[in-house]
Amino acid sequence: MTDKELQLKSVYLRRNILKYIYMAKAGHTGGSLSCIDILNVLYNRVLNIDPDDAKNPNRDRYIQSKGHCVEALFTTLADRGFFPESDLETLCQHESHYIGHPTKKVNGVEQNTGALGHGLSICVGEAIAAKLDGKPHRVFTLLGDGELPEGSNWEAFLSAAHYKLDNLYAILDYNKQQITGDNAEVMNLDSVREKLESFGWAVKEVDGHNLFELEEALNNGPLVVGKPSFIIANTIKGKGVSYMERNIKWHHGVPSPEQYELAMSELQEAEDLI
Amino acid sequence: MELDKIEEKDLRMGIANQVVFAETLEKLAASNKNIMVVTSDSRGSGKLVPFGEKYPNQIVEVGIAEQNLVGVAAGLASAGKKPFAVSPACFITARALEQIKNDVAYSDNPAVLVGISAGVSYGALGTTHHSLHDYAVLRAINNISILAPADNFETEQAVHFAAAADKPVYIRLGKKPMPFLNDVDAKFEFGKGRRVREGKDLIFIATGETVYPALSAANELKEKHGVESTVISMHTIKPLDTELLDNLAAYGVPIITVEEHMVNGGLGEACASHLMQKRHHVPFVMVGIPDEYTVTGSQVEIFNYYGISKDGLYCLGKEMLSN
Repeated sequence: MTDKELQLKSVYLRRNILKYIYMAKAGHTGGSLSCIDILNVLYNRVLNIDPDDAKNPNRDRYIQSKGHCVEALFTTLADRGFFPESDLETLCQHESHYIGHPTKKVNGVEQNTGALGHGLSICVGEAIAAKLDGKPHRVFTLLGDGELPEGSNWEAFLSAAHYKLDNLYAILDYNKQQITGDNAEVMNLDSVREKLESFGWAVKEVDGHNLFELEEALNNGPLVVGKPSFIIANTIKGKGVSYMERNIKWHHGVPSPEQYELAMSELQEAEDLI
Repeated sequence: MELDKIEEKDLRMGIANQVVFAETLEKLAASNKNIMVVTSDSRGSGKLVPFGEKYPNQIVEVGIAEQNLVGVAAGLASAGKKPFAVSPACFITARALEQIKNDVAYSDNPAVLVGISAGVSYGALGTTHHSLHDYAVLRAINNISILAPADNFETEQAVHFAAAADKPVYIRLGKKPMPFLNDVDAKFEFGKGRRVREGKDLIFIATGETVYPALSAANELKEKHGVESTVISMHTIKPLDTELLDNLAAYGVPIITVEEHMVNGGLGEACASHLMQKRHHVPFVMVGIPDEYTVTGSQVEIFNYYGISKDGLYCLGKEMLSN
């Protein structure tokens, strides 16, 4: 995939996120749009995975801790060939496997997440096992900023540094907003970089919508040998649709037909500019 | 009655079930390098210091952080390891309940969770350290089985079962030395209650460290009144041996359930629920810790206070037969 195709892919995935949220009349719109560039880079440039051999023990692991942004994950997995995209027409419908959070019933999903503050501990276990078995695969997780106050994350941060898990990469989708409002008002996360560094992690800050900055940060081995890597991806909630950006009402808002058309035309314009 | 003294002359004294657990796991780990222990500063109480010294690459310490303990165990299991996460039952099944529910059970990562010093083993340390809720909360979670072995034999068998299981398992263990129970069936089978005494006048269905006092009461009833009781060690709380319950109900005699757990949501309610739905109408009483501020005392003092004892169960059995 060329760089240009990768950029086009981000627009395509944003379009699909909105399409399936619109069809399901439910979904986590703002967060899925803020993290989709990260997933695009992971699944198209970083992860060593094979949709036809999804359980290969040597695959890289991606466990999405911020499970509610499942629309970003499902659209990415479908695009990578883990299942037919048309399956997503059943998203959140009665008896569908495609529920509103990641589930292993969907090919390519590693763990059932959705309750916050769970993904990182599971990754620590996966990363320890890989180290013990001398396996070279890497373990990635995507954390939301809203879930960082969960104490379990900080238990896991301590243990990842203690065991020097430099095969572990945590990416923070730092859009600085959560369901009630700004992180700064709900629970202040100031100095998150310093917090993680003091917990023994190597930290790098990138523009979470710059595909090539993300790729550079994620695809060149650990930031520091002997330390787990923490990538702060500065993002914008609702990124790509003007009226959704930084507007907390779109945390799990569903567009009206008019809003949907407007969003699609904005994405078309974005595509035309690439 | 003292639990660490044998009054029943034909029984051989064993050691604490949680010591048997550690020794059994150590043996299994020698040939199975995937077996791992995950501890939360709990290797001492779990009697796992020798395990850690012998197999330093098969133990992961997470510090006092039970949520991470269970999450890490789930990740290890997902990666093909066979982790035994060991922590006091009170903490692992309460502090880490959401990790048990989601990361282990719902995500179907076949970790083994071992609750040590369970029930009121910690005695006078009080409610923070008691686990009187673990059957209830885990019974309400899909895809995890619950084992509460009564003696050293059942403990060893339970550990073997758990090590080979491809599904999540919770094992609940106490720290008092326990006698070996006589074995009518001479076998341990997952999901099947074990008959440790046979009789047609009265039935005790007990679990974990309460099986021994139930057996003692049954023997006393025989000695003083010629009453023959069946005593079941219901070592598997979930899935419950409903076939056995149907067979026992057909005796048409009183049933007494006994457990080191609050009566809400425990073994007794599980049995009652099945019996009622199958329209088995037999006299039925649940013995356990009531829904109240638990009295202060050692394990045996607490047991005696609530009638989870030879004397208490003897009197209750006599009363039920005279009604």
